[in-house]
Amino acid sequence: MSKYIYLDNAATTKMDDRVFEAMKPYFLEVYGNPSSVYSIAREGKSAMKRTRDVAAKLLGAKAKDIYFTSGGTEAVNWALKGVLYGHKDQGNHVISVVTEHHASLHTLAFLEKQGFEVTYLTVDEEGQIDLGALKQAMRKETVLVSVMAANNEIGTLMPLKDIGTLCQEHGVYFHTDAVQALGAMDIDVEEMHIDFLSASAHKFHGPKGVGFLYARSGIVIENHLHGGNQERGRRSGTENVAGIAGMGKALAILQEEKEKKNEILRHLRALLYQELKELPGMRLNGPKLERRLQNNLNVSFQGVDGEGLLMNLDLLGILASSGSACTSGAIDESHVLLAIGVPKDYIRGSLRLTLSKYNTEEEVKEAGRLIKETVLRLRTMNRA
Amino acid sequence: MKKRVVLGMSGGVDSAVAAYLLREQGYEVIGVTMQVWQDDNGFKEREGGCCSLSAVDDARMVADTLEIPFYVMNFKEVFKEKVIDYFMEEYIEGRTPNPCIACNRYIKFDELLHRAEVLGADYVATGHYARIYEKDGRMVIEKAEDDTKDQTYALYNLTQEQLRKTLMPCGEYKKTRIREIAKEMDLGVHNKKDSQEICFIDDNNHGRYIYEKKPELRVPGNFVDPKGQVLGQHKGIAYYTIGQRKGLGLSLGRPVFISAIHKDTQEIVLTDESALFKKACVADDVNWVSMEAITEPYKAKAKIRYSAKPADCTIYPLDGNRVRVVFEEKQRAMTKGQAVVFYEHNLVLGGGTIYEVEED
Repeated sequence: MSKYIYLDNAATTKMDDRVFEAMKPYFLEVYGNPSSVYSIAREGKSAMKRTRDVAAKLLGAKAKDIYFTSGGTEAVNWALKGVLYGHKDQGNHVISVVTEHHASLHTLAFLEKQGFEVTYLTVDEEGQIDLGALKQAMRKETVLVSVMAANNEIGTLMPLKDIGTLCQEHGVYFHTDAVQALGAMDIDVEEMHIDFLSASAHKFHGPKGVGFLYARSGIVIENHLHGGNQERGRRSGTENVAGIAGMGKALAILQEEKEKKNEILRHLRALLYQELKELPGMRLNGPKLERRLQNNLNVSFQGVDGEGLLMNLDLLGILASSGSACTSGAIDESHVLLAIGVPKDYIRGSLRLTLSKYNTEEEVKEAGRLIKETVLRLRTMNRA
Repeated sequence: MKKRVVLGMSGGVDSAVAAYLLREQGYEVIGVTMQVWQDDNGFKEREGGCCSLSAVDDARMVADTLEIPFYVMNFKEVFKEKVIDYFMEEYIEGRTPNPCIACNRYIKFDELLHRAEVLGADYVATGHYARIYEKDGRMVIEKAEDDTKDQTYALYNLTQEQLRKTLMPCGEYKKTRIREIAKEMDLGVHNKKDSQEICFIDDNNHGRYIYEKKPELRVPGNFVDPKGQVLGQHKGIAYYTIGQRKGLGLSLGRPVFISAIHKDTQEIVLTDESALFKKACVADDVNWVSMEAITEPYKAKAKIRYSAKPADCTIYPLDGNRVRVVFEEKQRAMTKGQAVVFYEHNLVLGGGTIYEVEED
């Protein structure tokens, strides 16, 4: 067993060796700027095309509608700002959800300051929205609905097809932040009436610093970045060829190994949950296991402080997360757990465990054991 | 097995070198920065990013160089409760608080100590200039080797229990040597200026800070002379402290000093400098360090503020954990809310909070 057990794959994932190999040629050999005329540039451009094709295939989309970005956050920012600014004369209202990732929430807060209106739908204790409430919230000024496909903290899977259908009926565009969902959910942009989709490579064993936005052709979206007109004039900046090539390989692997991987994840997650269930005062946060991302466990331990728990676990070689990290690195309470109504005496003691295909049964059992030991020890140290 | 110690790291050179010294002394060191900054959106917009991010980054880098674990711990709530709220309340009442003393008492050597124990540590450590050791069965605080940097004034509240679990490695060194070590060990912070400000107010303007948070409490009032004659208007008593001369916004043709602040009338009394000198004060909330509480009058030296020179005095015990302190020579600008700390030779005997300054 390695000197640590990594259980924070929702934060980021270890790069697949094959992805690393796929990237290598583009650093020292095929390093041309894809916009240039010559051979080592053209090869880079071909690599990009291959990635575009793989991404499109995975989503049931057209390759030309895939635009490479610096990651999920850029894609989300672009979708929200680009669509709202692009349709300002038609309306100024967007509907989203209180449990979205900060990439969405902070962008929406910024847009509110610019004069746009945002409705934040609330969620139930599973993190689910009420489709009736979504329908109610739609007005003639509504331009866009933005709902993440799978929640990064509690793993809630959103009913994309239902949401997309509602949006289509009301003539409203639909963006989904699918950063956590690729490879875990089957997504078809046509069937589900998805107009925009954000993705990030480092969540599926690809490199950090690269992602993409799917943007349905025919819909106006203002540029986020202006400049050399790369990405069909819509997203300027010399392309991260190595990153894009790596992401392509990661997507191909995702497509190939999806079924097998998800089965393993469900199994490992069940084992881990079994271990933790033995503790009194333990609560599962969010949806039932079968209704959430296969690799996600979010639990709370009564009478334990999450910060102390995480640090103790780190010292023992168990790497996990809790709440959300602020820029300094300190942990703040999770807005998602607050939104789903986790009781006060549990909310500070939350722990998010997210597995990957690299975890083993041995690791999961060891982690379960150490987490239990640590929780019990911490409980004896509480001050009155 | 190595003893584990959690070291509070501010990003400054003292705590950086403390990490190195403790490691060399054979401890298993865990570096921690306490995140105490409240969420202040105005600051974020002006400065880009919150709090003292660069300070955290400096601490993180030092930990990385020394190959010790490093965490940032969320202290926002408890710091607000025990330090910031106390700080604001005192100024509003016309007293002058010492937030570092409150932070040492309730945060560093209480909450942080507790979290250190949760991490399996035997000790909490800081880069304070002070010496802590056992003498004749009692934990004592001795002034630092470097008298110009001595910080024992702010540590008088520490209990025996707290002192037993505290390490302060910098106390044995001169500041210049600490900087040298930082340079030798390539810690990157050896040239960093010593921080003199209040750690949670970025421009040190306590008046502005308090009234921004509590605008309803700002009551402009009168500057008066000892006879009650109005000399001008002040901006609100939280802007001022005893002994203050600058920033009054008056031009009276002669130097005037704040010698009293009256919350009930919102009046601030201005006098000439000689009226600032008083002989005695009463302090409460007294803590005894190197000795048990006195039962008889005791001669010692006392500091009435951080920068004061220890002065000869007699301490008279009163009931209710209070003492009356009578100085041989009059002391300048004794201030309600500040601490009076007693010394004998170089040991901290104890101290308390000044709540009454006796008129002659």
